[in-house]
Amino acid sequence: MELLKFFTAGSVDDGKSTLIGRLLYDSKAVSGDILAAIEASSKKRSTELDLSLLTDGLRAEREQGITIDVAYKYFNTDQRKFIIADTPGHEQYTRNMVTAASNSSLAVILIDARKGITDQSRRHSLISHLLGVKQVVLAINKMDLVDFSQNVFDQIVTDYEALTTNLDGFSFTPIPVSAALGDNVVNASENMNWYEGLPLLHFLESVSVEETTQHQAARLQIQYVIRPKQAEYHDYRAYAGRLNGGALSVGDEVVALPSGLRARVKSIAIGDRSIEQASSGQSITLEIDQAIDLSRGDYLFAVHEGFELNKELRANLCWMDSRSLRVGSTWYLQQGSRKLKAKVAEILSLTDINRYEKIAAPQEVKLNEIAEVKFRLADYLAYDAYAKNKNTGSAILVDESSNQTSGALMFL
Amino acid sequence: MNYLDHLEAEAIEILRETAGQFERPALLFSGGKDSITLVHLAKKAFFPAAIPFPLVHVDTGHNFPEAINYRDQLAATLNLELIVGSVAETIEKRGLQDAQGKFPSRNALQTHTLLELVESHRFDACIGGARRDEEKARAKERIFSVRSEFGQWEPKLQRPELWNIYNGAIHPGENVRVFPISNWTELDVWNYIKREHIALPEVYFAHEREVIEIEGGRWMPVSPWVKREASDKVSKQKVRFRTVGDMTCTAAVASEADDLDKIIEEIIHAKISERGATRIDDTLSEAAMEDRKKNGYF
Repeated sequence: MELLKFFTAGSVDDGKSTLIGRLLYDSKAVSGDILAAIEASSKKRSTELDLSLLTDGLRAEREQGITIDVAYKYFNTDQRKFIIADTPGHEQYTRNMVTAASNSSLAVILIDARKGITDQSRRHSLISHLLGVKQVVLAINKMDLVDFSQNVFDQIVTDYEALTTNLDGFSFTPIPVSAALGDNVVNASENMNWYEGLPLLHFLESVSVEETTQHQAARLQIQYVIRPKQAEYHDYRAYAGRLNGGALSVGDEVVALPSGLRARVKSIAIGDRSIEQASSGQSITLEIDQAIDLSRGDYLFAVHEGFELNKELRANLCWMDSRSLRVGSTWYLQQGSRKLKAKVAEILSLTDINRYEKIAAPQEVKLNEIAEVKFRLADYLAYDAYAKNKNTGSAILVDESSNQTSGALMFL
Repeated sequence: MNYLDHLEAEAIEILRETAGQFERPALLFSGGKDSITLVHLAKKAFFPAAIPFPLVHVDTGHNFPEAINYRDQLAATLNLELIVGSVAETIEKRGLQDAQGKFPSRNALQTHTLLELVESHRFDACIGGARRDEEKARAKERIFSVRSEFGQWEPKLQRPELWNIYNGAIHPGENVRVFPISNWTELDVWNYIKREHIALPEVYFAHEREVIEIEGGRWMPVSPWVKREASDKVSKQKVRFRTVGDMTCTAAVASEADDLDKIIEEIIHAKISERGATRIDDTLSEAAMEDRKKNGYF
């Protein structure tokens, strides 16, 4: 069975939590005792069965009726296993949406049919695009409150097409739904016969979830060097990490980075099981035929494809800290298991989230802003463009004093 | 990639990242299936070397004897250091009030012992088997969850966790709770146990046991720590345990499932969630788990 990770995003009160609650409820993924608990809780607030209570987990969220933090939910059908990240709508929690988008292969962006496209929907679409989420479902919700009107639906779809036309390679699937009543969530709507597409769940079950990276070259970052202190493994030295990008076989030539030294793969194993070839996504243990200096954070790259090795780089940045990013400031840049110092050399542009236009030469990047930034690094870094490989192409910025995760970087 | 392979690869990546980033990690071991699965994953992550951190058990004194036997055997077989902290000793040493009631749960009290262990052994990372599908406060937990000097969880101040990048940078005195099987469900754990032929304590499988009936038709195991009364409805039933916590707060479920296939079949058709069926400490209030976590619990 395949796994699909997706996230939901929308403005406050668009009904995201209700939509997820509906997916879980109608696909019978809610246990009896949990249903009884939300029934009791709904009664306490004198409302009808409130499906959003299935995802709002923290006391403050239930009290205020909003989502503060990403909530993860799990369910499966006969076709697929799903992991949902339900993200907050408030602008102050936009960083949580970025978090969810980074680990998802599909986005469900909610629009309130009465309100149409808002600043938040623009932001959510841009973030999905920036983070390389290739499949976007535009769930136009609360159709029951606009008399299930096809005109309203068509107008929003036209507006959204116009909005996203300049986002390179962006495509989306619009679905008219009513999360509160269940139309087109799990079951096809009887109120919208004019809609010919699939209900949301069937779309999620059938959409292609192949890795969207085009890269086919193996990349292995060393997380840990395994050296058993037992007599039988006296000279044993192996490198542990998670392979991504492409396959790697025993005998393949690899280049160690940043050193540039070459070696061949001597053995590959998962736990105590030896394998001839490892594929992308597997956590492996690997021996090479040369005694070269290789430590945590270093890379082994397949040699047959190009890569970047620089002390300077450009990246798209989502800023997630209340402390602004300024030219000349220094941060820790963490790319997987590699951590090194980075200095902001230049803020090249900010992106206006409403018109998706670039604003030149800003002084600083503030919380929730998106910018293109140039960094100088304390050492050479091996990487790929984010569009080619999400793992080697991404990093976070860590504040040197607070240790906070302050920014998300996607290398250009 | 099959979803179990995906979950396994992710968990191994997290365990290796923990060993790579921290000076003194520890694996919190309860004797339950989730922490047993963690040990199996850790074996795979570091093979052929030994697991590079100790097992830490917070012993409430109310454990199933089967779980304690299993723990001791596992540590001996894998040649792992086993560190046990005793809740009873903490209670005596610090003059705390012991758990009260007919089914006295030391669940909240074990937080004191855990924080003592973290401090005295200077653990900077504690690996636990908590899963996001267990409970709604846990659904909001990060994989690397930073705790203050007082062990407290601050849900509003959690760090964003992007891609597979885990930021474990901390100040002295702080520590990180690490949850490698965050994205697994109860059923995933059982399917994995079956696939990997992982041995479990006997209490997970259907067996005859003396139980006391409590409200809601649930059965609590008879144990030396439950205060027996004349009005107790005690009977012998065929039961198993879906989770293995303390004997004083883990309810048994009626079951004929005496092997893994039958257990998996039973869980697929279960009408009641794992914690709802088995933990009488979580049914106390809507925010019981959230409050315990803020206080330093897992």
